Amino acid sequence: MATTTDVRGEPATLNNDEILRYSRHLIMPEVGMEGQQKLKAARVLCIGAGGLGSPLALYLAAAGVGTLGMVDFDVVDYTNLQRQIIHTTADVGRKKLESAGDKLKAINPFLNLRKFETKLTSENALELFRQFDIVADGTDNFATRYLVNDACVLTGKPNVYGSIFRFEGQASVFATKEGPCYRCLYPEPPPPGLVPSCAEGGVLGILPGLVGVMQATEVIKLILGKGEPLIGRLLLIDALGMKFRELKLRKNPDCPACGTHPTVTKLIDYNEFCGIRGEEKPVESSVSEIQVEELKRRLDAGEPLFVLDVREPHEYQICNIGGHLIPLGDLPKRVHELDSSREIVAHCRSGVRSAKAVAFLRQAGFRKVHNLAGGILAWADRVDPKMPKY
Amino acid sequence: MAKIHIPTPLRQYADKHATVEVNAGTVGEALTGLVSKHPDLRRHLYTDEGKLRAFVNVYLNDEDIRYLQKEGTALKDNDSISIVPSIAGGSQDIDEVANLRIVELNSALPTCCCPACCC
Repeated sequence: MATTTDVRGEPATLNNDEILRYSRHLIMPEVGMEGQQKLKAARVLCIGAGGLGSPLALYLAAAGVGTLGMVDFDVVDYTNLQRQIIHTTADVGRKKLESAGDKLKAINPFLNLRKFETKLTSENALELFRQFDIVADGTDNFATRYLVNDACVLTGKPNVYGSIFRFEGQASVFATKEGPCYRCLYPEPPPPGLVPSCAEGGVLGILPGLVGVMQATEVIKLILGKGEPLIGRLLLIDALGMKFRELKLRKNPDCPACGTHPTVTKLIDYNEFCGIRGEEKPVESSVSEIQVEELKRRLDAGEPLFVLDVREPHEYQICNIGGHLIPLGDLPKRVHELDSSREIVAHCRSGVRSAKAVAFLRQAGFRKVHNLAGGILAWADRVDPKMPKY
Repeated sequence: MAKIHIPTPLRQYADKHATVEVNAGTVGEALTGLVSKHPDLRRHLYTDEGKLRAFVNVYLNDEDIRYLQKEGTALKDNDSISIVPSIAGGSQDIDEVANLRIVELNSALPTCCCPACCC
């Protein structure tokens, strides 16, 4: 059975330009004039204008969703361009909402775009969600994901969910009246650092495209009340194998958010819930540091320094200064490869991981170990400007 | 034989395998077989008390084992077991990912590193 989402707002009528624009929708029985008017009357809130938010917003705007809200407070970064297709090279440094807004209005000038340049918080989420009919979650962290879920349950708005990791994605529709919510599936987040996190992050650029377009499809189906929405189903997407699997999700009667006796009756501190403590300086003060200029000078002078690179092998391929590679996580079991009588300089990308490596080696009895301050990034900035940064 | 699907984030603890085949009578036995083949997976799937972690969902075919007989759920030939962890990623900063690595290193550190008791 298809589920219709209550789309409020005044009945929308289409002018002649709009009728021409949406003609390929209007001649489909599943959309037609009635469906297109529903799309125009609909108000969709998109959380994030990044990887998932890009295709999601572009397609919703093109399809004729009348009101699109976007929440983001970030600035376009050069490394976003590999997957966040709403932004272009010329947009680097601009606010994501400004950049996205330009493209969306260019695609569809009839769009009523509402930009919320703010971080989504427990203080503003409920007020914000109440102004929309459907929420599409394009966030990339657990704290915001639980916040979006709980706020959707509390305000009764469907949560069109997508999530990506390297070349794997998940999609579903949560928090409808009859269906499960994200907490029915995962009552608690993983503690930071354990399991689903991965030493090798990153994401295949097309993956947010695949998953974001699936989210857009689900949003449109909910508005039209057509088809079989992904309610109670978790779609698993494996882009490498190009395999799609589907798992059944059940509404958990004991769910803390949407169960029969909910304990989540208001929004909480989601950073705390996800075990994220405030600003933490992982670099320990007791770690001996060496500056890149000094390392360069001493290496050029032929001093027998042993350079230890604690990054991952694929990072080593991007750039290296010829160090001996032992990824941080392998250090405990490969520590025997190191000679404790030699002077060792450990480095990573920015100096955070290598500080930990130095602390570990000191604990293991190494006396002459230093951390390269600022890592290979500082080397690229101050010693070898030809070296690529990542 | 039952086939266990290993999700991407856990493959690094399972010699990069996407699937592992095990001979087992129940889901619980299959998972025990899996972690004995790949011991690094154990702490990612189980708590120190030996219970399946709350944020790791296990499916037999397309059904959550919480709604079957949990780890006691019987297996038939050609059944497929999926481990489905919560995922989040894409825009993470490289150094945030690195911090996750640090947490892993911390838990791998022996409580005492002196040569007397570790060698």
